[in-house]
Amino acid sequence: MRITTATLALLAKLISGATVRWVDCQPDTCQRVYFANHTSHLDVLLIWSSLPADVRQLTRPVAAQDYWESGIIRRFLAKQFNALLIDRREIKVHQSPIDLMIREIGNTDSLIVFPEGGRNTDPEMKEFKSGLYYLSKKRPDLELVPVYIENLNRVLPRGEFLPVPLLSSVKFGPPIWLETKEPKTHFLTRAREAVRSLKDV
Amino acid sequence: MTTLIDLVNVTDWLNATDWPGATTWLLANAAVAVLLDRPAMVLLIVVLVLLLMAWGMGNYLKKRPEADVNMALVKSFNRRVQAWLIMYLILGATFLAGSSRIPAVILFFGVSFWALREFMTLTPTTSADHRALFWVFFVFTPLQYLLVGFGHRDYELLGLVINPGRIFITWIPIFAFLFIPARIAFAGDHKRYLERTAKIQVGLIICVYALSHAPALLDLEYIAAEGKVWEGGNAGVLFFFIIVVQMSEVFQFVWTRLLGKRIIAPAINSNRTWEGLVGGMLTSTVLGTALFWVTPFNPIQAAAMALILSIMGFAGSMTMSAVKRDRGVEDYGTLVEGHVGVLDRFDSICFAAPIFYHVTRFFFTNAG
Repeated sequence: MRITTATLALLAKLISGATVRWVDCQPDTCQRVYFANHTSHLDVLLIWSSLPADVRQLTRPVAAQDYWESGIIRRFLAKQFNALLIDRREIKVHQSPIDLMIREIGNTDSLIVFPEGGRNTDPEMKEFKSGLYYLSKKRPDLELVPVYIENLNRVLPRGEFLPVPLLSSVKFGPPIWLETKEPKTHFLTRAREAVRSLKDV
Repeated sequence: MTTLIDLVNVTDWLNATDWPGATTWLLANAAVAVLLDRPAMVLLIVVLVLLLMAWGMGNYLKKRPEADVNMALVKSFNRRVQAWLIMYLILGATFLAGSSRIPAVILFFGVSFWALREFMTLTPTTSADHRALFWVFFVFTPLQYLLVGFGHRDYELLGLVINPGRIFITWIPIFAFLFIPARIAFAGDHKRYLERTAKIQVGLIICVYALSHAPALLDLEYIAAEGKVWEGGNAGVLFFFIIVVQMSEVFQFVWTRLLGKRIIAPAINSNRTWEGLVGGMLTSTVLGTALFWVTPFNPIQAAAMALILSIMGFAGSMTMSAVKRDRGVEDYGTLVEGHVGVLDRFDSICFAAPIFYHVTRFFFTNAG
């Protein structure tokens, strides 16, 4: 199990040629929510494999159930990454994804989320969905770590299935928290800006 | 000197088992030359010793107080020495491992692939170019080195006689060159079409096609000055080529530091001066002349070759500097966190390789 995940992480790094940078932030096993821009299906693999092995074991990517449960390979990968699959089509009030996430991570695990909601093809990032806000409102102790992924949309653009080995990069930025009584839109704009500002670092 | 390895037993066995024919042809036709003869080995050892000394000196300088030395300079010196040390060690190991060209071809394939990665990363391609890029990385590039690996001899394929050593010259500049724009046109995105196409083509030509001529040097049957077959090992020619090009860069740098005043093109590269160019040319000509004994050239011919290499190497780094400025980066490895990229190390070698290959092939082989 461990060898498989280590091999997968190495493979993901080779394909994406990724450089990993921690900007004013250090890898840590404390409970965190990594939130990133989303341009490619490889995003989740790349962030996950960029983390050190001990952090990786405690980190669960949040991913779309319909995508990661179709086909043997994807299902296998999702299992290896210990992905937290969310049913995008049936979001019920009493069974909200946020509650599911909070229940699943307990007091140990961290999450990888993509607040844009879906893969983005524009050069500019989309507005963030409100999930991140509700998540940190219920668990204000979680560190929110912005992550900026560059070039991965060129490695595997939307609609393509064969990756091209261009070089990409992952940047982890300084954590943010939800301020007390901070309005939703203000917080989401601030979070989005935290990711966007890593572009120029 | 070319010696044929006795492969009769192997081929008999291969013929008895029902293998795909290609393997059998490859083994049956493989003429394995002694690549690393005594002079080439002596040169390799000298280079390694010098590099180790330079490495030691760099480490010593690194520990000196900041006031005494220019730290940025020492760092760049150390990085360069380390990169060269690794390269010569790998190259030496590939020749010592056996008298086959194949490990060297694989090594250069790796360099090309990585350089192409760096080049294409900086090239603003769109998602419409994705399939064309896939062809470039996974079809044209491997096939180019496969052709170089099979080399200059006749193989039988489907009843036809083919010579990969001839095909590798035209494979990328004709077949790939025409395929890429067509494939991109089929993808249907016309925005900046010509620019995108040209950038992919240039990347492929410089990083892959041009560089693949370096391992191809190992495959020529050289004629020495008096019209006799040259008895030396082909690794010597490759070493001569790499050493002269690399040292020429160092000489240019040193001359620029000593005398440099007139910058050639400040907007392209402020470290390249006319004094550096001329000084580098003259010094590397002297070096090339001194190294004539590992090549089929006589001293005067070696001097002329070194002069050509120095000019081509300089042209190469100027060109790649211009590409970098166009893309607004300092080094090709910028994405790789402050490291100098593979392409930064090999730009001059990329440019000098095809010219050196064709000049030696024209004047010092029967292939013409």
